[in-house]
Amino acid sequence: MNASTEHPMVRFEGVTKRYGALTVLDDLNLEIKRGEKVAIIGPSGSGKTTVLRMLMTLERIDGGVIWVDGEPMTHMPKNGGMVPAEPKHLRRVRSKIGMVFQHFNLFPHMTALGNCIEAPMTVLGLPRREAEERAAELLNMVGLAEKKGHYPAQLSGGQQQRVAIARALAMRPKVMLFDEVTSALDPELCGEVLQVIRKLGSEHDLTMLMVTHQMGFAKEFADRVCFFYQGKICEQGVPKELFVAPKNERTQQFLRAVLEAV
Amino acid sequence: MGIFSLSAMLVAALIVIGIMSLFGDNALFMSGLLQGAWLTLQVTALGCVLAVVMATLAALLRLYGAAPLRWLAVTYVEFFRGTSALVQLFWLFFVLPLFGISMEPFTVAVLGLGLNIGAYGAEVVRGAIQGIQKGQWEATTALNMTRWQALKRIILPQAFVAMIPPWGNLFIELLKSTALVSLITMSDLTFRAKTINDTTMQTIPIFTLALLIYLVMSLSITIGMRWLERASLRGMVRGRGH
Amino acid sequence: MSSDIWNWGYALEILPILARAAIVTIEATVISFAIALVLGLILAVLRMSGPVVGWLASAFVELVRSTPLLIQIFFIFFVLPRFGITLDAFAAGIIALSLHYGCYCSEVYRAGLEAVPRGQWEACTALNFSSWNTFKNIILPQAIPPIVPALGNYLVALFKDTPLLSAIAVAELVQTAKNMGSDTFRYNEPMTIVGLTFLVLSLVSAVGIRWLEQRLNRRSVR
Repeated sequence: MNASTEHPMVRFEGVTKRYGALTVLDDLNLEIKRGEKVAIIGPSGSGKTTVLRMLMTLERIDGGVIWVDGEPMTHMPKNGGMVPAEPKHLRRVRSKIGMVFQHFNLFPHMTALGNCIEAPMTVLGLPRREAEERAAELLNMVGLAEKKGHYPAQLSGGQQQRVAIARALAMRPKVMLFDEVTSALDPELCGEVLQVIRKLGSEHDLTMLMVTHQMGFAKEFADRVCFFYQGKICEQGVPKELFVAPKNERTQQFLRAVLEAV
Repeated sequence: MGIFSLSAMLVAALIVIGIMSLFGDNALFMSGLLQGAWLTLQVTALGCVLAVVMATLAALLRLYGAAPLRWLAVTYVEFFRGTSALVQLFWLFFVLPLFGISMEPFTVAVLGLGLNIGAYGAEVVRGAIQGIQKGQWEATTALNMTRWQALKRIILPQAFVAMIPPWGNLFIELLKSTALVSLITMSDLTFRAKTINDTTMQTIPIFTLALLIYLVMSLSITIGMRWLERASLRGMVRGRGH
Repeated sequence: MSSDIWNWGYALEILPILARAAIVTIEATVISFAIALVLGLILAVLRMSGPVVGWLASAFVELVRSTPLLIQIFFIFFVLPRFGITLDAFAAGIIALSLHYGCYCSEVYRAGLEAVPRGQWEACTALNFSSWNTFKNIILPQAIPPIVPALGNYLVALFKDTPLLSAIAVAELVQTAKNMGSDTFRYNEPMTIVGLTFLVLSLVSAVGIRWLEQRLNRRSVR
């Protein structure tokens, strides 16, 4: 039995999401293997951010099932069928997912260290000392060891985002979601964040899903790129193929427009 | 007005009170007025505590409670905001005894004013909690916190800071409302001023002194709340877009 | 069931008397608020003109806002006669209410005026408008609509403060109810009716203000 018959880490099965009359995700089927790094690109309104948000349970699902690590997350098995998941079940499965946001969302009333130990202590019940050790290690990994006593207001955007990454990692997720994490940063600060993500990718066996406009980064870092258009995957493939020789016309249009803007 | 101007006014008021007390019978008046001021302070302090408790309870019920509790909170808030504080006090003082519930004026005062200001406070608390950016809630979801953990550790501490200035205003409203208890026979500062005036007819110094004492108390509250706000901000810069 | 607590007959009997008292309440409210609106604007302008005048006006407003209305009512009622101005209770009450709420309104006006972009003032200077013209035709019309709801809230607050005039025996609703109570020893009916009257009128005006707010938002060009 080789690893590829193992169940996917994340599976979207016929997932649909609607806002009123607008269908944002349309019967989406997407599988992500353990340890795979997937970049999601597309124009605004294509549903790409919604994919992440639904996986993080920030949005409710309107149709289909989302599976995480072989188990259904949005639903649970009962009496031979699937029913919407109860909060306890949802929380348990959700604990395998971590997310980094475009606008960081750090807790302003806590220091960098405080941000990173809060959830491990409150949610996982870790004793303070252990949580602090873990947090210090992670802050060190993202290059902010000496800033651990600083408040978010005292940090630059790039530093805040790196703290946000450390904070998410402190919960030891199996899947990390990155929602346009450099879009709110000044250009010269993007590099330090992308560098951390690169490091994460090479040193850890994390499954990573990122929505991004950084085409260059996606090209060298991702194992697979998905181009979303109007709620569906228009085209997906290995970056070398998709970026260099896109098969679909919409993909070509999009890439042309994006690369022109550079 | 900045903390500096406010403190200047406070000091100026204290100086004027001090100087006035040197003349005529004013020192005598002051002793009577200060006794009344002490009662005013007590009612204010206890009333404020009750108001904060009621406001927090009502706001949380309104935001997160089951339907009947929500309804209860809304009724409480609309009722006490919709009626006049004096009418509420009179009702508690004159009408409630008819139903067999007899309370001391002091209890009536604290209860009536605390419930009244608490209703306004409920909207302040609710506004502050709802004003916390959605991103903070989403971060707590991403970290797998329960709603209660999120409220307790992340949302309420931030809301607290946002609430301080409006609560400051409400505490001052409560202080000013205590003057109403003079109309239900309590010997507060206003009552003392009025009775001393009735007997001595030295209207100007008496009421001026009373006004100045209220001013001192009110400015103290304002300055106190500014300090509290500063202390709570410690490292946080309020209003950052992130 | 003849109730000791509530006697419908008595309640109906006193309604006309309370209605007359209600008119006094409404008169006091309307007149005081009208004066407060004007006074507030004057105070707001004063606060913006010059360091000395501005500071004095601000200090005055702070003093009035920081002290109880009741004391201010007593002050006006008892102190003014010392200066030869004899007033009846109703007039004294109106003056006190107008001053008190004039100060609150000045805060609201100040916020409204500060919300008008600097550029508007500068455009008027560039077009050589007189100060008066600038203010009357350009600034005020932009400053007022957003603050109408806040002013409306103060109108309701003033209305709810009219019972304080009972302390100087103005024959408004609460005073009348109190008198009935002490005459006949029946407090419940008059007090409850008065309480309900305030409640109903306040709720109705709260709805009215919210409606007004929505109408103004729709018309605003923002």
